[in-house]
Formats: sequence, C-alpha cells, structure tokens
Amino acid sequence: MKKALAIVLSLLLVFGMVACGGGAEVEEGPLVVLITDTGGLGDESFNDSAWAGFQRAETELGVQIQVIESATSDDYLPNISAAVEAGAALIICNGFLMAEATQQGAEQYPDQAFALVDSADAQAPNILNLTFNEQEGSFLVGVAAAAMTESNVIGFVGGIQLPLIEKFQFGFQAGVKAANPDAQVLINYTQSFSDSALGKENALAQNKLGADVIYHASGGCGIGVIQAAGEQDFWAIGVDQDQSALDPDHVLCSMIKRVDVATFNAIKMVVDGEFEGGGYVFSLADEGIGAGDEAGNLPADVLASIEVWKEKIVNGEFEVPYDANTFANFSL
Amino acid sequence: MSGVTVIAVIASAIRLATPLLLSALGGVFSERSGVVNIGLEGIMIFGAFFSVLFTHITGNAWIGVVAAIIFGIVMAALLAVVSINLKGNQIIAGTAVNLLAAALTAFFLELIWHRSGSTPICPDMLTSNPIRVLEKLPVIGDLFKQFTPFIYIAIVLTFVTYYILWKTPWGLHVRAVGEHPKAADTVGIGVYKTRWICVLLSGVLAGLSGACLSIGTVGLFREGMVAGKGFIALAAMVFGKWHPIGAMGASFFFGICLAIQIQAQSFGLDVPGEFLAMVPYVATIIVLIGVVGKAVAPKADGQPYEKDEA
Repeated sequence: MKKALAIVLSLLLVFGMVACGGGAEVEEGPLVVLITDTGGLGDESFNDSAWAGFQRAETELGVQIQVIESATSDDYLPNISAAVEAGAALIICNGFLMAEATQQGAEQYPDQAFALVDSADAQAPNILNLTFNEQEGSFLVGVAAAAMTESNVIGFVGGIQLPLIEKFQFGFQAGVKAANPDAQVLINYTQSFSDSALGKENALAQNKLGADVIYHASGGCGIGVIQAAGEQDFWAIGVDQDQSALDPDHVLCSMIKRVDVATFNAIKMVVDGEFEGGGYVFSLADEGIGAGDEAGNLPADVLASIEVWKEKIVNGEFEVPYDANTFANFSL
Repeated sequence: MSGVTVIAVIASAIRLATPLLLSALGGVFSERSGVVNIGLEGIMIFGAFFSVLFTHITGNAWIGVVAAIIFGIVMAALLAVVSINLKGNQIIAGTAVNLLAAALTAFFLELIWHRSGSTPICPDMLTSNPIRVLEKLPVIGDLFKQFTPFIYIAIVLTFVTYYILWKTPWGLHVRAVGEHPKAADTVGIGVYKTRWICVLLSGVLAGLSGACLSIGTVGLFREGMVAGKGFIALAAMVFGKWHPIGAMGASFFFGICLAIQIQAQSFGLDVPGEFLAMVPYVATIIVLIGVVGKAVAPKADGQPYEKDEA
C-alpha cells in the first residue's frame, strides 16, 4: 500500500514538472542563459552586473533570459549541460573561475555558442572571450584615493590572489603612485570571494595601520570592507558596479566594470546572427571600464584630475601596469 | 610589533573566533550526548538569515537574535527527529540539514526580497561594544572597542556550558548517555529526552553563531557568508577535545592564526594565505592521531540508541 502510494506521488511529481516545463515555453525570442560563478547573484557587483545586461536584453531585444547559479565549482559543467538541454542560443559563463568548465563544455557541444566573461584561458571557435582592462579603471580610482587620503596610507583588499585580481591591484597602485608618490599602499588578500567577515577584518587591520581609503576587489568580502568603513569612518572604494548605495557616506567612488555592456553586446550579436568566437577587450576607450561616483563624494578638482588621466590612457600615452613586472617598470 | 598592533591582532582574533566558539559549544552539547552534529553549518546559515529577516521586520536586532535562536532550534529539531527517533545515519542527517538550510534561505531570499544573493542592510545591528566602560581601561582598553555583544555572550556561555556539563547532575547524565546509553537507561535516565535537549541546545548555540556573523558583523545576509565556519567549529570542538574550555582555546587559536596572517599581509610580509588557511585542519588531524595528547570522542557518539523493548 505504502509503495503504491509512493509510486503515485512520484508520478504526480514528474507530471507536475513536465507541466511546468511546458508552460514556460512561450513562443518568443531565443533563450539566453547566464551561469554565475560561486559568487552568485546578489553580490551587488560582478554577477549582478552581468544579469543587468540580460535584463536590458530582455526588454530591448525580446530574448528570453534565464540564470543558473552555481553553488560550488563542481556545478559548472552540469549547469552548462542543463543550459544546453534547455535549448539556449547563447550561454554566458560569468567569471574566470568557469574557464576550465567552459572549455570542456565548448568541446562537448561544438555547435553551442558560448561567451566567457573575464577570461581568455578557454579558447575554441565557439567561445567569445569578453575581457576588460580592469587596471585602467583601477588606475583612476587609485588617483582618487591618492587625492583623498590624509594619512598617505591607502589599502587594497583583494579576494583570491589570481592574475585577474592582481590587475586591479597593480592598476590601483600605479594610479596612487602617479598622483601621490608619497602614499603607501597596503595589500591584503582574503583568499575568498564570499567570506564577508574576513573582508571586514582585513579592512580593520589596514585601517589600524593608518589606511583611510581602502579599495576592494573581493566580491562578497567587499560588503565587510564597506561595513568596516562605516564603523571606523574611513573611505571605501567599490568595485565592478557603483556600490555607493551600500553606504553613500563612506563609499568614495567605484571602479566600474560594465559587465552588463559586455553581456548585452554578446546577446545582441546572437540576435543579429553575427556571433563568432574570438576575443573582445573592453577598456576606458569604449566605456566598458570607468570610475563612477553616484553619491557625489569626489570634489570637482579630483574629478578633473581623473578626467586628465583618463584622457592620457585613452590616447595611449602610457600603458597601465597589470602585473608585478609591468608595475616594476612603470614610471611617468 | 608595537603594543597597539598586538592588541589589534588579539581583538581581531577574538572577533574571528567568536562564531566558531558559539558553534563549537553547540557541537560539545550535541556530541557529549552521543549525537554527531555535522549540521552546525546549516543551523548557522538559518540563524544568520532569520536574525536578519526579523531585524528587518521589527527594526530591533535583539529580536533578530531571538529569531536566530528559535529557527536554530527548528533546524536542530529536524536533526533530532531523524537521528534520535528515526535512528537515521547522523552524518547523512546533518548533511541534509546543511543542504536544506542553504537552499531554503536562498528560496526565502527570492520570496521575500525578490532578489537573490543578499538582503538589504539591516536597520539595526549589534556591531558595537555594549560595555563602554571597558574601553577606558589602561593598555587593554583598545581591545574592547569593537567587541560585539556576541563576544561577551560566547565567553559567558563557555563557562555556563562547562558548569552544566561537569558540575550538575544533569550534565553527568548527558555525558553518561554519550558514553554508554544503555547503562544510563538502566538507571532510569531518559536517553531520548536527554539527547533531544542537547541537540536543541546545539541549535540555540549555532543559531546564535549565525546571528553573530550576520547582524553582529556585516548587518546583512549573503548566500555563502557562513563559508564553512560550521565545519571549522567542528574542528575546534575536536581540537578542544569535546570540552567547552578546550573549544574556546581552539577557536581562539584558529582566530589568531588568521589574524596574524592578515596583519602580516598588511605589513607587507609574504605569508602564503593558503598555508595558514590549512592550520585548523592540520591541527585537528594532529590532535586526532594523538600527537598532542589524546582526543577521545564520547564512546556512543554517532550511534543511534535502540531501546530494548523486552
């Protein structure tokens, strides 16, 4: 009796799922799927920004959008398979953490269009690599930090120490050095993109050593950095999106990385039938990278000097360092 | 290193150790009664989420703390039913709690705030020192500047736990149940009842620990914010030899390892972060293989108790 009941119930469940699945298939534009890295949506940063591009594409291009959040790195490949099975016209894998899975996925499904944000490590004819010159935007907020510090001690809190995050670090250090050679930059890495408590402790430690402006490139740890700034009354600099809404009185400005522009453009390519593999680098020149100050905390003279530096970078007067080597050789 | 820096490192270590300690105490209660509680992580996630939810609803973080405790108990009750009454595998039950808590909170987040990933910032938090007088102390006054209420609560609860488990008749019952439930049953100690109470107490403590991470640290809930601390708390419990004072020492040790690493980085010293991140696990393994004294789990830890019907 119990067994029969169990069978009936599971059948009901299966039919229920099929029914739901059927209901979702409204005849509309192509389906595009975003797969987030373990940071997930709600980071008020990288993944949210990518999703914003999807939402814009939904209204402007009439595509169907879907997001799959990865709980662990073991989920990347299964999530890619799920997206392929759902019939996605384009799968956007968000983040360098997904490079390996994207490579495998692209080989397994050679006819499927993929876009990989933030990494050029996965290469295949059906992968479009969307990368950014984060060092350029970081340079600009470095200029802002150098102008606003009173102690001449500035902090940088990174997530996991990877070449990508080092682009933020060295670009930032170069900006500080260019605008205020006397200022010292403290460097910390939390080795996590989700442990907010660790972000806070790292920022508090830097503040204790005198840092009064702290730039973070640490995903979900960043909320801890901003919280510390509020408690100890110093400046935090946000990353990826304008993070001033989290604490308008303590977020000085943010390094903006228009992941939304990147995802939107990739979707547009598919809609226009122009998708092809390869690489695209967003930079200051095409507004894919920038510095933003929605809360209006930057004085006019600092804004002006940021503009001057931006001009120089866009005109190619010098190359912004992005790793230890280029930074060591950096001089103006 | 100057004195100020030493104080800053110690303060940082204590802040990092507090959520570990609260959860580890929960583990001590549960495992001393013979129930392995691998679900601490999940209970912490629940505590972290519901403290934020109720702080948002009521505007009072203390009500959030009460909510964290209540929902910690709810999660622990699930573990208790499965592992005590239904005599299920405790490890699997605990793992289920972890998975369920992570998934449910993500679902509620979507349901309540229509966003995924993180909640808005709470209108009220418990991130400042409630006992201002201590900051006026000479030399160590600085230490207390960022002591949250949770730090005081954790320290008090450590000694309360010790007192209950080692100085009261009921504590003796708990330990008897964890060592030899049959013998305890024979002399009229209710094995199921004792285990139930202990597992629920672990829910109270791990729930508090979750609240400490959310409203006591950053003032919001973020998916993944517990970041494996429930498991490090378990390691602290083992490293502390299933003893509350030991768990306190172990939590502080893990905290200070992290704090030193953070400080060393700020100073520009190159200490590989991965190496120090391993310390809790390496320390636990060393204790388990008996290099630093011997850590013996309660004898009946992990075994469901089958009452003889005869």
